[in-house]
Amino acid sequence: MTPEQAFTEAMKFENRPNPYPFFDELRKTPVARVTNGIYVVTGYKEILALIHDPRISADLRNRPNRPNRAQTDPSNGDGAEIEAELLEKYGKDPMMIIADPPDHDRARRQAMRHFGPPHSPDVIPNMEPACVRIVNDMLDKTKDKKRMDVVDDYAYPLPVTVICRIMGVPLKDEPQFHAWIADMMAGAELGPDAATEEGKRRKEKASASRIGFRKYIIQLVENAEKKPSEGMISKLAHDDGPDGRMSPSEIANNVALIFIAGHDSTVNLISHCVLTFLRNPGTIDLLRRRRDLIPRAIEEVLRLESSVNFWPTWTALADIEINGTTIPSGSPIFFMYGAANRDPRKFRDPNKFDLEREEKESLGWGAGIHVCFGGQLARLEVNTAVEAFLRRVENPKLVIDPPPYRRNALFRGPLHVLIDVDGVRD
Amino acid sequence: MSTPKNENAIKKNGRIVIVGASLAGLRAAEALRNEGFTGHLTIIGDEPHDPYDRPPLSKQVQKGWVRADHTKLPRLREINAEWKLGVAATSLDRAKRVVRLANGEQIGGDRLLIATGVRARQWPNREEAALKGVFTLRTCDDAAHLQAALAANPRRVLVIGAGFIGSEVASVCRTLGLKVTVAERAAAPLAGALGNVIGAIAAEMQRDAGVDLRTGVSVSALEGDAKGHVRRAHLSDGSTLDIDVVLASLGSIRNVEWLDGSGLAAGFWGVACDAGCRAFDIHGVVTDHIFVAGDVARSPHVLYEYQFLSTEFWGNAVLGAQIAAHNMVCAETDRRPYLLVPSNWSGQFGVNIKTIGVPAFGDELIFTQGSPKHRRFAAAYGRRGRIVGAVTFDHGKWLQFYKAQIMRSGPFPPLQAEFDLPADMRVIPADFPARGVPTAAPDVVLTGHDPSERVAEYRPRTARAEIRKAATAANKEQKKQWRVAS
Repeated sequence: MTPEQAFTEAMKFENRPNPYPFFDELRKTPVARVTNGIYVVTGYKEILALIHDPRISADLRNRPNRPNRAQTDPSNGDGAEIEAELLEKYGKDPMMIIADPPDHDRARRQAMRHFGPPHSPDVIPNMEPACVRIVNDMLDKTKDKKRMDVVDDYAYPLPVTVICRIMGVPLKDEPQFHAWIADMMAGAELGPDAATEEGKRRKEKASASRIGFRKYIIQLVENAEKKPSEGMISKLAHDDGPDGRMSPSEIANNVALIFIAGHDSTVNLISHCVLTFLRNPGTIDLLRRRRDLIPRAIEEVLRLESSVNFWPTWTALADIEINGTTIPSGSPIFFMYGAANRDPRKFRDPNKFDLEREEKESLGWGAGIHVCFGGQLARLEVNTAVEAFLRRVENPKLVIDPPPYRRNALFRGPLHVLIDVDGVRD
Repeated sequence: MSTPKNENAIKKNGRIVIVGASLAGLRAAEALRNEGFTGHLTIIGDEPHDPYDRPPLSKQVQKGWVRADHTKLPRLREINAEWKLGVAATSLDRAKRVVRLANGEQIGGDRLLIATGVRARQWPNREEAALKGVFTLRTCDDAAHLQAALAANPRRVLVIGAGFIGSEVASVCRTLGLKVTVAERAAAPLAGALGNVIGAIAAEMQRDAGVDLRTGVSVSALEGDAKGHVRRAHLSDGSTLDIDVVLASLGSIRNVEWLDGSGLAAGFWGVACDAGCRAFDIHGVVTDHIFVAGDVARSPHVLYEYQFLSTEFWGNAVLGAQIAAHNMVCAETDRRPYLLVPSNWSGQFGVNIKTIGVPAFGDELIFTQGSPKHRRFAAAYGRRGRIVGAVTFDHGKWLQFYKAQIMRSGPFPPLQAEFDLPADMRVIPADFPARGVPTAAPDVVLTGHDPSERVAEYRPRTARAEIRKAATAANKEQKKQWRVAS
């Protein structure tokens, strides 16, 4: 199998439940040139080196000949004009995940001021009581059921409620933004599925939903500018820190980023935790006895089933030599975290779920300056969810394995994880 | 000749003695058990405390966030050792393979690990050093005493010596709202470790934070009140300061005196060992059973012209302990080399400073990323067209990029970043102060090629006074040699 073929297979929706055999194929060439001149990096060491290399940009504007989506994508139809207008006003400053220093560093400082230490050390710890209450409420609701869907009944409500509260997004709008985000995720395809009729329809739907979502976020920012309120959106809009205030477009883009990343990837991790524990008999009993192993178990799940399976926006700004390969300047680079996290050169017996593992430093949270912004919040949420699940859910059993997956290859996670249970304890 | 059978026997029921119960000693003990060593393990430490972590002592502890006795090192596994704490090792008899302790006990062993580290250099005037309110900072007891003095709202604190420890404590003083004067003999803080160019930035940081920084001066005398409490300091420029607390942060002294007469290559810069952590004797011949790790070790480094490298960094203690432990019980063919790329961090004045490699080995400097003006930058150190070290201020996430280049002795100036470039990217002299003043020695330092001749001298067991005299003479000799070398 050539690297191109392996990459194409790994992107296919039908392989979403198990892309790993194709990742293994790809990793035979840890830095491989595939379709469209993209360089796909699947080696752990290689990603770690490149992600710390200041000759690699995360900013898509640095990609030569990049088509402007709004102008060149005919599927956008009427939406294109509206989006162009939005881009004009709100698209010029990218979200920090696709920005380079010094803008990235400044934006991250400005955002972190209202989210974590040293300026806001209490924001995340203060969410703990709410987390505990939410997960237990969820379990109370499923008390009389013998079957539950871990994704919809358990994993989703916690992070979405928490991120709404932290950002200052009204929870009552959840059905609306949930639908938008689901469309956007389903329509962001990179593999051959995108070219099918259905793929084009999904893309169209995603474009429409993206506009709806952007407008919604911009409205929240504009409301917050007029009237200060609780939450990060308002704090960003009224920031008086040493770096000044983000531009309205930067606020909107970063709010969208933190909001989506702040729950989608966490849902994936909680779902994958339950899935992985149940696939490995004895794990639930062990973790009930040894609760101190729970944080470790979560990190190990994230290694095996990376919530952000890869990241595609990197571009080489110089000819970069890595492990005998030269990536030419201008090449798009994909960091395949999900593949690197199973690199046998780094992790012994990499496909094994192993709580005794010595090598724990996975790329599940990314690395370098773009390392997960919300990692500490996610850890709190997932820990809380896993602890309550282990304590209260009696004799959980997987109903379908592998479960159905959501379409998005990047934010890879199950659509549903059905389990049968004997009951839910108080 | 040793055979695999012998090594297996050591591993199974040998006796290993570790002298030094801090980070290196503890991690070595854990590593030995991880290696499958099931024999008898003795750990000797002169402090009465369980092994504790030192980096917080000058930061979180002084701020009052963490108590000085609450920085115990996490235990990574059971080690089933016999602990002898609060009793110092006083001598080593290599012929009998025995370590003698201050209480008269003798501990015999098949393998010895020397991990006795360093101690703080005291204020040289004994009477002045004995004044209440005069501190050094190395141990958790030191940290507790200093913290109590800072919490008592002194009129002014005087920090003598602006290395990392002195600068960190000055930073804490400002956080606590205390008036603080820093007196530094060199032209800038951190100059010994990072050179005067970076030192000038550190100086701005101090002054902006309200530190009364005085460079190019030394403290000539400390004066106490009738109750024996320090109240005044006299500086070499003729000025005086009213102060209630003095921190003498004058660098460190290797704890090697207990090895007097052992015939090991021990001296000012510590105990010389090979790249596998095995100690050298005074003739430069490697020993078989004695290993060295941590601050007290100096070993040749492939990246730095095979000069002996002495490193007082946390990571050095951890990795050195692991390599030493492995090599103590493995077969000869399985030995591993100790090839740390030194790295260090400091938190001061709201800035995270990190170094990689050996900046002080370099003589040239280039700012490579970020903005020196905003104190957010990366800079690389070069020597003869090779990169030998790097420093970051709030740019630690990029260190890996420089580390990779240092590890392969990459060219200097190094590979150029493609964004966030400093306004001025010229190669400039790093401007390190001339070597020769022991208190200005950086805490990672290259100490020449010879395991014994230049930096270790044979010292027969003598009365303490003679040892001191000999040490002074050795220091003088050393300065002379430095001058010759430079």
